Amino acid sequence: MPEPLLEARGLVKTYGQVEALSGANFAVYPGEVVALVGDNGAGKSTLVKTLVGAVTPDGGQILLDGRPTSFGSPRDAQALGIETVYQDLALAADLDAAANLFLGREQLRGGLLGALGVLDKRAMRDRAVEAFAELGVQLGDIGAPVATLSGGQRQSVAIARSVAWASRVVFMDEPTAALGVVQRGRVLDLVRRVRDRGVSVVLISHNMPEVLSVADRVEVLRLGRRVARFEAAETSLEELVAAMTGAMDGAPPNEENEGDAA
Amino acid sequence: MNHAREALRRLRGQNTVWTFLVLAVLVLVFSILRPNAFATVFEFRSIATESAILVLLAVGQTFVIVTAGIDLSVGSVLIFSGVVAVRTMNALDSGPHAGWGVIAAGTGAGLAAGLGWGALNGFLIAKAKVPPLIVTLGTLGMALGFGQILTHGIDIGNVPSALADTVGSGSVLGIPWLIVVAVLVVAAAASGLALTRFGRYTRAIGSNAEAAGRVGIRADRHLIKVYALSGLLAGLAGVLNLAHFSSTTLTSGTQDNLNAIAAVVLGGTSLFGGTGSVIGTVIGVFIPAVLESGFAILQVQSFWQTVAVGAVLVAAVYSDQLRRRRRQQA
Repeated sequence: MPEPLLEARGLVKTYGQVEALSGANFAVYPGEVVALVGDNGAGKSTLVKTLVGAVTPDGGQILLDGRPTSFGSPRDAQALGIETVYQDLALAADLDAAANLFLGREQLRGGLLGALGVLDKRAMRDRAVEAFAELGVQLGDIGAPVATLSGGQRQSVAIARSVAWASRVVFMDEPTAALGVVQRGRVLDLVRRVRDRGVSVVLISHNMPEVLSVADRVEVLRLGRRVARFEAAETSLEELVAAMTGAMDGAPPNEENEGDAA
Repeated sequence: MNHAREALRRLRGQNTVWTFLVLAVLVLVFSILRPNAFATVFEFRSIATESAILVLLAVGQTFVIVTAGIDLSVGSVLIFSGVVAVRTMNALDSGPHAGWGVIAAGTGAGLAAGLGWGALNGFLIAKAKVPPLIVTLGTLGMALGFGQILTHGIDIGNVPSALADTVGSGSVLGIPWLIVVAVLVVAAAASGLALTRFGRYTRAIGSNAEAAGRVGIRADRHLIKVYALSGLLAGLAGVLNLAHFSSTTLTSGTQDNLNAIAAVVLGGTSLFGGTGSVIGTVIGVFIPAVLESGFAILQVQSFWQTVAVGAVLVAAVYSDQLRRRRRQQA
């Protein structure tokens, strides 16, 4: 296998008495969709938060391109091309899609107007139209507040925003959780298109059929540790569920002989 | 053509357009009923002059409400700033013919006082996380109280005549100074809210403060700036108020905060934050002013004005609620 793009080694994070991560490993390879699955409380969100700079781990290492790195804040991770699509979208509902795409990264006009903080709305709108078209996101009226869009369209805007700025990895936390069947399909197509553009996607999901249909690989987290990794094409629903629930604890997980702690 | 139709549809969906129609209808009705008394340049100019000070308060309030906040302290900050301005002027030169240097120093002190209260509001709201309603209710009392302490509760009328005669009641090219100042402030604030990054952050924070934080917008710092702006404009309003009435008007201004909030809401800015327009607010200031003047000319008891504005206010917020609910179902 090639070198992982982003890798977690032995991450530990405790909140008071609770050990959310107890030596968790995780790897994202270039140009893949990798699903991170696990039961509630397995440590998925904590792991993701450490990998996007929202939480500082108590122990362990994060490696980017094989080099140890540390993120002080999500801004640090973003600067290295790592973006996150949050479960609750994190869009400003009263602003339009273009404004949301550029939120916090506004382009200003040149010269005096720019010095006064005047926005270059046209340039941002044009680039937004381009970005949405590239990902096949159809919005109708791009100037409408995102609150007036459908759930799927809003999710698409959120994903497009992350992809527009992510050069390396996008983390997506339950991107289809609140969506209907048709919109769910569109978002999953979008996930594949993001990967095809060369940006790796980490998909956090509870929906196992969905995971198997869109992911290339699956990594399973249980009780704060990685307990299994699968090639999606070579695994089954039963195997995933068994790994998540610990039903296959009898058979030793292949963690020890992975050799990535060496 | 598609663009034009979309723009039109969006325009119709905006509350500002409806508010403007209400204002236009009011002006039309009063003009038809009393063309000689109401539809005159003199009457329009006096309505605008009397409204200019409230416009300044309401413009600052617009930014605050767009962040989903509220600033109840503006009326008291206006009084306090006026007191500080006149006390500064009198300390430098207590005669009626104090020069422009003295006036400038007093004006600066008044503006700084307003800015200070605003920044304090912002700091307590953004950093100490005390709800805006409580913070500004507290500073409402404190600013007024300090104003009264500084004057022992007796109005100071010793305003330099150079200030009162020019900015206070004079005109430039036939336009009263108060209107000139208000127009300049409105122009700057309207472009600021609609066209700049400052305005966009203001709306983003009012819309979804957490989302703004996640993309790296420092919501706390921005909120301090917004409340400081509201305080600064209240300070400016305080200096203009001082110049216009040649008095610190300690006992008036208790309704100013509610009038400013009513104007903002009438103007189509949502109390829930995220959307708003400065021009709408200006229209919102003029609706009560036109009603008052029209009722006076028609010799209807002017108390009807407060009844009418109260009813329109509730209707405006109700229609905003409806719009939001419809949007959520879409």
